Amino acid sequence: MHPMSRRTLFAAALAAGTCVAGIAQAQTEIQFWHAMGGQLGEAVNRLADGFNKGQKDYKLVPIYKGSYTETLTAAIAAFRAKQAPHLVQVFEVGTANMMAAKGAVYPVHQLMADFKQPFDIKAYVAPVAGYYSTADGKLLSMPFNSSTSVFYWNKDMFKKAGLDPEKPPKTWPEVGEYGKKLVASGAKCGFTTQWQTWIQIENFGAWHNIPFATKQNGFAGTDIQLLINDPVRVKHIETLASWQKGNVFVYGGREGKSTPMFTSGDCGMFMGSAGTAGTIEASMISKGVPVGTGFLPYWPDVKGAPQNSIIGGATIWVMQGRPKADYKGVGQFFGYLSDPAVQAQWHMETGYVPITYAAYEVAKSRGFYQAKPGRDVAIKQLTLNEPTPNSKGLRIGNFVQIRDVMDEELEAVWAGKKTAKQALDSAVERGNKLLADFARANK
Amino acid sequence: MVENRPFGTLLSHLVVLFGVLIVCFPVWITFVAATHDQAALLRPPIPLWPGSHFFENMETILFAGVRSSRSAPVAVMLLNSLVMAVGIAVGKIAISIIAAYAIVYFHFPLRMVFFWMIFITLMLPVEVRILPTFEVVSNLNLLNNYGGLIIPLIASATATFLFRQFFLSVPDELTEAARIDGAGPMRFFWDVLLPLSRNSIAALFVIQFIYGWNQYLWPLLITTEESYYTVVMGISRMLNVVDAAAEWNLVMATALLAMLPPVVVVIAMQRQFVRGLVETEK
Amino acid sequence: MQKRVTFDNRLLPYLLVTPQLIITIVFFIWPAGQALFQSLLREDAFGTSSEFVWFENFVRVIEDESYLNSFRVTAIFSISVTVLSLAIALVLAVMADRIVRGGTTYRTLLIWPYAVAPAVAGALWGFLFNPRIGVLAYGIESIGVNWNYFLNGDQAMLLVVFASAWSRIGYNFVFFLAGLQAIPRSLIEAAAIDGAGPARRFWTVIFPLLSPTGFFLMVVNIVFAFFETFGVIHAVTQGGPSKATEILVYKVWSDSFRGLDLGGSAAQSVILMAIVVGLTVVQFRYIERRVHY
Repeated sequence: MHPMSRRTLFAAALAAGTCVAGIAQAQTEIQFWHAMGGQLGEAVNRLADGFNKGQKDYKLVPIYKGSYTETLTAAIAAFRAKQAPHLVQVFEVGTANMMAAKGAVYPVHQLMADFKQPFDIKAYVAPVAGYYSTADGKLLSMPFNSSTSVFYWNKDMFKKAGLDPEKPPKTWPEVGEYGKKLVASGAKCGFTTQWQTWIQIENFGAWHNIPFATKQNGFAGTDIQLLINDPVRVKHIETLASWQKGNVFVYGGREGKSTPMFTSGDCGMFMGSAGTAGTIEASMISKGVPVGTGFLPYWPDVKGAPQNSIIGGATIWVMQGRPKADYKGVGQFFGYLSDPAVQAQWHMETGYVPITYAAYEVAKSRGFYQAKPGRDVAIKQLTLNEPTPNSKGLRIGNFVQIRDVMDEELEAVWAGKKTAKQALDSAVERGNKLLADFARANK
Repeated sequence: MVENRPFGTLLSHLVVLFGVLIVCFPVWITFVAATHDQAALLRPPIPLWPGSHFFENMETILFAGVRSSRSAPVAVMLLNSLVMAVGIAVGKIAISIIAAYAIVYFHFPLRMVFFWMIFITLMLPVEVRILPTFEVVSNLNLLNNYGGLIIPLIASATATFLFRQFFLSVPDELTEAARIDGAGPMRFFWDVLLPLSRNSIAALFVIQFIYGWNQYLWPLLITTEESYYTVVMGISRMLNVVDAAAEWNLVMATALLAMLPPVVVVIAMQRQFVRGLVETEK
Repeated sequence: MQKRVTFDNRLLPYLLVTPQLIITIVFFIWPAGQALFQSLLREDAFGTSSEFVWFENFVRVIEDESYLNSFRVTAIFSISVTVLSLAIALVLAVMADRIVRGGTTYRTLLIWPYAVAPAVAGALWGFLFNPRIGVLAYGIESIGVNWNYFLNGDQAMLLVVFASAWSRIGYNFVFFLAGLQAIPRSLIEAAAIDGAGPARRFWTVIFPLLSPTGFFLMVVNIVFAFFETFGVIHAVTQGGPSKATEILVYKVWSDSFRGLDLGGSAAQSVILMAIVVGLTVVQFRYIERRVHY
């Protein structure tokens, strides 16, 4: 028997069999599987508490399921066994796969309409909502923790290298120059990057207004091909590789593995997720090491740069297969989540960007950005210009594996086994195979 | 000794001691890491001698849980691991000793078919058939309870095979004597075979306890409630934190606790374990 | 494979095998059958649409370069783990055998890593060799080697081999020591009287007599390296860098869980099952009496 219906039955029996006044009616539980560890997980729990205290009919139960991959797998396994949670947090690279699973997900725009929840997509920050909408602008999943990549620098180390600690490099040639000075002043490394594919390939494209894949980066169809072996990217990767000499650039591993290289003071400059701001605050700023936050650097010879950056992070997808009535509670939760005060609180606690313009205003009006300079860099960078088809987002099938491919090829460059051109050509070739597979499986 | 060469003996001691040193070194470092605070482990060189935060760390993980992985208190996880490990060990031994008994001591149609069916399960790990198995378990309503943690994993042939090997080495004269005394098959099983199998049972208990304790992926998949998390799964989760630095001191303290019970079991039951293993090999 | 003397009872044997059988069918044969069926399908992860494609998944898998790579990696990995852990265990056992007193103490000091979960062993070694803070990494760096197993595939392989071999040393040691102690002293003494020194005695008397144990351990260790090191790989390298440590079992898991390619992953499972059955038969045929595990 379904656990939920058992509970409902129990509630009915309770209501019929007893007449004890004052007992709160049994609440309907809404399960939310997420991948937020650490302080972030605590923020999720506070969010749930807030929702649960604000009304009586539903109880949101957040469950930490491990990494993004583990969370998604658990949800898939549960769905196949007809035990899906109501809500599951899925990272942005899973978007195309989730979209393709038509009977499995309940599109947010439809849910909001079905239960007559007030909902206006224009209230949401455009590059955030855009990433998760259909080509005609209908929101599929609820933006939750969105970040973008930004530029961090260690002001003490800048001073030591004779650089102005308040003036970060704006362009890539400046990054190289600053890096050399930092190393010359005794730093172990000039700069490093987190999430190399997301920052140096994907965001790099949006920032320079060049495409990642055909058909508007996949928004207009699934039969697409990668375009990442263009001359601008080749030159960029080539330059980074050449900067490995003399440690101007040091590669520190995939995903977030390089973070400690910046927080420990090895590297003077760092490109990372805006979501890392909390960690940087805890391990550097609060210990008296001043850190600046700024826009990503760009190549000045590329026309249209800088455009705007794209997001990363995750959204909440609604899974089908629960009793119809439960989804009303889901709608209410989404309403709560989008509330400017709630959203602003989430943004200020976590470092993720606010998902609505109203929340951004609330944070501003509370003086948050004066107290924590740099925390508005992410949203400013995301909304720098009206997004173009190249900078709206990415809708790539089998994206997890394609990122693996790009990671592998880039690592071959860093290890000196391939030139940038060879690696990116091979990434395109291998990635296209995966895309063709996906297009076939999801006609 | 063939020759009495003090130098040779000394050399032997030295070599073995060196081996012991290599084997123990990772655990020493684990212990040391568990006695410091997070800051001491953030930048090299990290200390090689214990610090003063051991009890503080233990208290944190045992009763409060590690923040960066949102984990339940480790005490709860240890209890779950214990239930799971003992359940698997006992369950496996119980069902496989009677199955092996039937296969060795009876003659019945389909005997070999059954044996092979069981035997095929010998080696394929849970990891490669996990999704279909998950579906079965959830259809049986075994998610989020000890039944789901234990029952699917006692479907393995290791124990049946070991008992079979052992039973084959039991002299036939015993069976004959029992039959002459008029003892039935169950009587023979209880009074003769079971006492003889003590060492095999002990060896198996150790092997299966460790097997159960060390499960990782399975509990990760079928538990969604913190109250059923196990400790090995807890550690891997602590290692893979997103957007935050791993709290190595607490991870290592948990690792220490996670390896303690199976190590104690192995060492405490060492004699029976070794004898049981080696005996059935002969 | 059966007793000369058996009991006669019609019902009892069936009753006795039933529990084991039910569990085997429900939790192994049924899911394995589903995996078999799945390997002929191509479907999205949620199972909302599926297409019967016959053996296409198998063709795709076999033609996939990374699958062949995974075979190679598995071979290198298994052989290295086996050789390393056997060699160290043998040396230690031979030395311990020469020590009259204290043998059990050494056994106690060496056997326990067997009890440490692969995932935990991975965590330990990952910590020791962490390029940033690891004690050993620090030592290696200080002699001028650029240690970074996140980038260097050979180093990553070395690390997972160490971690896996480490947890097997004690187990192998126990068997070698037992094997050594079973060798009649008179044989060794006879060789000594003939004037053979320790090294010669080892190679001409001890080693040949020990080789059945060695052969048995080899099979057990290869099986271990094949199937039970998932936890190490998962905790330390996740198969990387550039698939340098992606062993078969890890690839099956990663293709289905990360890649959501259920058909392809099921096809790999089926191939793996075939290997298991093959190994089992070989093991049974040739070393029947020595298998325990």
